[in-house]
Amino acid sequence: MTSTQYSLAELMICAAAKAFVNDGEVLATGIGVIPRLAASLCMSTSNPDLMMTDSEAYLLSEPNPIGPRDDDFVQQNETWMGFSRIFDNVWSQKRHAMIGPTQIDKYGQSNISALGADYDKPKVQMLGVRGLPGNSISHANSFFVPSHNKRVFVEGECDVVCSIGYNPARLPKGYQLDDIDIRLVITDICVMDWQGPNHQLRLVSLHPGVSVEEVIEKTGFAIHIDNDTPTTAAPTHEQLAIIAKFDPHNLRAKQLKDNPPGVRETAKTEGDK
Amino acid sequence: MNKVKTASQIVSELRDGMTVGIGGWGPRRKPMALIREILRSDLKDLTIVSYGGADVGMLCAAGKVKKLIFAFVSLDFIPLEPYFRIARQQGELELMEIDEGMLLLGLRAAAWGSPFIPTQVGLGTDVIKNNPDLKVINSPYDDKEWVAMPALKLDAALVHVDRADERGVCRISAPDHHMDDWFVRAAKKSYVSCDEIVDSHHFNSPEVARQVFWERSLTSAVCHIPGGAHPTSCAPFYGIDNKHFLRYNKSAKEGGFTEYSDTFINGKTEQDYQALLGGIDAIKQIPQTTY
Repeated sequence: MTSTQYSLAELMICAAAKAFVNDGEVLATGIGVIPRLAASLCMSTSNPDLMMTDSEAYLLSEPNPIGPRDDDFVQQNETWMGFSRIFDNVWSQKRHAMIGPTQIDKYGQSNISALGADYDKPKVQMLGVRGLPGNSISHANSFFVPSHNKRVFVEGECDVVCSIGYNPARLPKGYQLDDIDIRLVITDICVMDWQGPNHQLRLVSLHPGVSVEEVIEKTGFAIHIDNDTPTTAAPTHEQLAIIAKFDPHNLRAKQLKDNPPGVRETAKTEGDK
Repeated sequence: MNKVKTASQIVSELRDGMTVGIGGWGPRRKPMALIREILRSDLKDLTIVSYGGADVGMLCAAGKVKKLIFAFVSLDFIPLEPYFRIARQQGELELMEIDEGMLLLGLRAAAWGSPFIPTQVGLGTDVIKNNPDLKVINSPYDDKEWVAMPALKLDAALVHVDRADERGVCRISAPDHHMDDWFVRAAKKSYVSCDEIVDSHHFNSPEVARQVFWERSLTSAVCHIPGGAHPTSCAPFYGIDNKHFLRYNKSAKEGGFTEYSDTFINGKTEQDYQALLGGIDAIKQIPQTTY
């Protein structure tokens, strides 16, 4: 049974959990509270074959709840999984990561390194390329975008292209575009994938109360839109209970500005007319 | 063989222009006391190789870094390192920005005496564009192109461990030894600071021996500095000092690194530094992070 009382964060967690459903036995890495809860939800429901870590050095048989845990909590360790071994896993391709890049372009290339036109003197220095080059050419990747706007979905290419995407001009010798595996994009207004013509970004579903026009308006490049776009499925009571179990300190309520409800007020108003 | 030295003896063995690798990861198990000793020295023009945290930020802020070889610099719960950020935005740094796995491969190539290791990592990204020295080569075995990740040969490696004996047997009992073994193997000389100096019998149990990740012949010197990783963590003794990192982060906006350094490092001994934090006992009260 679906719930009518849920937050936008919870809607996004459930939508993001779908990214891992058909993955089989791979390491699901969700960076940040919402992606991590999405992977945890999927592992404890539709895909128990998933693997997750404790975000430090062990692989777990069951996901850890986020944040401080009781002293008698027993972490379900399965094997050691320190950083050097993470790379062995990455290069074995048995992984699906979900991260929140600062910029995403029409090719699915992303940026977490720096902003500005001058690489030697960036306007805003961020993290660095981190593991994105290796992740993007080795295994499946999904994106999480807490605020869908044109600063994230940029008009041209990303200022620093950290991850390989569906860009013919950058395709390495011996590779096909289909070798790149970018899955879902979960934002605060919709779900998208890269299965439009020639891997164009495609609208998959709209969150309750969001219009196609709003998505087009907030995206810096053209996206593919099918004739009928469904509404993102509402969380079920069971899903909400599992999310609450893995997030006992309700950190999900702090991930989106003002923790908005999953069903927007504006939508209700329009519906009443 | 007794390899025990002081931090100042170790830093006096370093030279201007050296390539120095720093172990640990972000805010975890960094040889910060050795970094502070470098900050007090006249060393300059260093090439730093690091999974970067405040080690990189402080060295940048003090003008010690000519070139940085890195994949990220972060304090984790404070995602962006403030002084690294300033150095970059002022255009001060020569860079080799690569994937964190490429960094590992570069250390392995150096450790194994190989000029490079081929990898697909970096293809199709600006890692290739922004590093014109990084060669993309054809494979003799297939029709693909590969990045030839060059060996990252280190003049020196600096790492922090929880326990070592005076011959340089080092134990890392934290959940992750990160890439410290590869930093040590990639370096001509490896300098280790430790929280405890132990008797050699300490390592006898199989469980403890499994937490020794390189042979003592690779350890050049050992320096006994309890709390020497502060404000980063050194399990099982102390966690990340988030409060101190907030103080450090704030200094970038109010007073700058000079203010931070004058308060904690410049003209101070390690004992002075720890006294300002309530002493080693207070450091040992800092809990481990729950992720």
